[in-house]
Amino acid sequence: MAELLKVEGLETHFQTREGVIHAVNGVSFNLKEGETLGIVGESGCGKSVSMMSMLRLIPSPPGKVVAGKALFEGNDLLTMNDEQIRNIRGAKISVVFQDPMTSFNPVLTIGDQVAEPYRVHHKAGKKEALDRAVKYLELVGIPNARERLSDYPHQFSGGMRQRAMIAMGLICEPQILIADEPTTALDVTIQAQIIELVKRLRDELGMAIIWITHDLGIIAGLADRVNVMYGGYIIETAPVKDIYKNPQHPYTIGLLGSLPRMDETEYRRLTSIDGLPPILLEKPSYCPFEPRCRYAKERCRKENPGLKQVEGDGHFTACWVNPKTGKEY
Amino acid sequence: MTEKQVLLKVENLYKYFPIKKGVIFSRQTGAVHAVDGISFNIYNGETLGLVGESGCGKSTTGRTILQLYRPTSGSVFFEGDDLAKLKGENLRRKRRDLQMIFQDPYASLNPRMTVGQIIGEPMEIHGTYKGAAQTKRVQDLLQLVGLNGAFANRYPHEFSGGQRQRIGVARALALEPKLIVCDEPISALDVSIQAQVVNLLEDLQSTLGLTYLFIAHDLSMVRHISDRIAVMYLGIIVELADRNELYANPRHPYTQALLSAVPYPDPFVEEKRKRIILEGDVPSPVNPPSGCRFRTRCQYAKEICAEEKPAFREISKDHFVACHFDIS
Repeated sequence: MAELLKVEGLETHFQTREGVIHAVNGVSFNLKEGETLGIVGESGCGKSVSMMSMLRLIPSPPGKVVAGKALFEGNDLLTMNDEQIRNIRGAKISVVFQDPMTSFNPVLTIGDQVAEPYRVHHKAGKKEALDRAVKYLELVGIPNARERLSDYPHQFSGGMRQRAMIAMGLICEPQILIADEPTTALDVTIQAQIIELVKRLRDELGMAIIWITHDLGIIAGLADRVNVMYGGYIIETAPVKDIYKNPQHPYTIGLLGSLPRMDETEYRRLTSIDGLPPILLEKPSYCPFEPRCRYAKERCRKENPGLKQVEGDGHFTACWVNPKTGKEY
Repeated sequence: MTEKQVLLKVENLYKYFPIKKGVIFSRQTGAVHAVDGISFNIYNGETLGLVGESGCGKSTTGRTILQLYRPTSGSVFFEGDDLAKLKGENLRRKRRDLQMIFQDPYASLNPRMTVGQIIGEPMEIHGTYKGAAQTKRVQDLLQLVGLNGAFANRYPHEFSGGQRQRIGVARALALEPKLIVCDEPISALDVSIQAQVVNLLEDLQSTLGLTYLFIAHDLSMVRHISDRIAVMYLGIIVELADRNELYANPRHPYTQALLSAVPYPDPFVEEKRKRIILEGDVPSPVNPPSGCRFRTRCQYAKEICAEEKPAFREISKDHFVACHFDIS
């Protein structure tokens, strides 16, 4: 499969009163056509910021992308002019945001908002755009879509609003859909509806998906490949089955161990990861996970490990220590 | 296990919130049927999990049990007293035994009070510890929940979400309660921190002999922490069983759908799973469906479901379900 997106050495800083927060510290990854990439990590690990940096959606100030490239079809998203990036955002790469309650404009109708990307990017008339909005609202399973075009967002339930968000993201048939925790605010049965919907649409429309989440459960059934992020770095990346069967980074191992499993019959105490995520006031010169890591060695306090290949094909981890032996590689 | 002792008995509990219209002459035009006739027991030393989706009435149930909301009707027996009938000083004394841990660790601690004042306040109100003894007790409690005793002079904003939730736990423990209602205590926390708080709650239960009503929407975590689990839908309990029984042998169509909707953190399992996808949304609790509440989204629904409310019956030992059919 052809490569669609290539991100290299992305770094983003935020200027705050306490100092410069190094939110993203050199993120590199590729996305192939039709691939589903999961990005997993806890709040503040840089998963959303890295995606928003790529699309130049970081408010500046306080945010600033200080280094890196994001090549989409060979063009760097970070250096193109405003007009060029506008032609990509919403048309070729679109985003579904986390909170369906606040990401719609409450004083515009659902129809106008869902149709807007199509009107802007395809210079379509109102009627044509609304017809297309109906098509996509039906696709995502909104009953009586035509009658509901003139509804306002508050007349939709949370699950319906998230569907409408997805319809808005899909209306220009993007090559990449970035879903930023789209189901976090929803109940499990509605979440299951949305995930089934996205899977179906992915197979029908053949787009690539980047799904950002903190829930390792969702990713397991959805992604082809997973990036685990911590402290502004990708600390492990692997095909989905390898991540779950054979996690290599102590953080990934800890994260999986801290989840209760529904198929457990025996009681098992959860393995918690002690301590707290770091506040990145400087770019760490050591492993960012070192203070919480049970395998930490002298070297981890001095040098920051880069991603390197381990075991299976396409499985990379950023750790000096092999967690199986407890010794350095 | 020795004979189980009932600590709390809830009988036909109803809680309606009135909907009013009119500014000067306000009149009631309807009611939100938040809790619509539920009965269950909580046994001494156990953890009862209460799960359901948002708006199903699980938090209202917790608050009504504690008399933070007064029930519309029904009884809550705690050690022989009906809390719903207690008033004033008698109720205030009882509250010592019943405490709560709230969902949002950012909203449930007063930002203008120090941690010491927050944890000391219940002791102040009930006059259990004063002066130096109180200071000592606050420090002990902080250590008990895994925080440094010296934190008593700090303010809530200096702590992370997980640490704040520990402060909330310390406050709930201040009066040595028997029952703690945990209202989604971990849903606002990150995954690795959730495990820390759950482990803390488990440790406290075994050392202090606490009883929990654990309210949550995360079914995998509820399964982990609970002994028995009650599933709520639109104001009623649809199924109640021992946790292993409930997960191995769910008998209500809603429980089955709910369980099948939970994603497993395992791609090998996910590949093979079949999901029951529910259509549509939860109906409004202002005007709930007649008969069985779940019939509008139920794949097994027949005529009788619209006509008659299914009884909450015991289908096997300690396994209760509210459904007209045996769908297993």
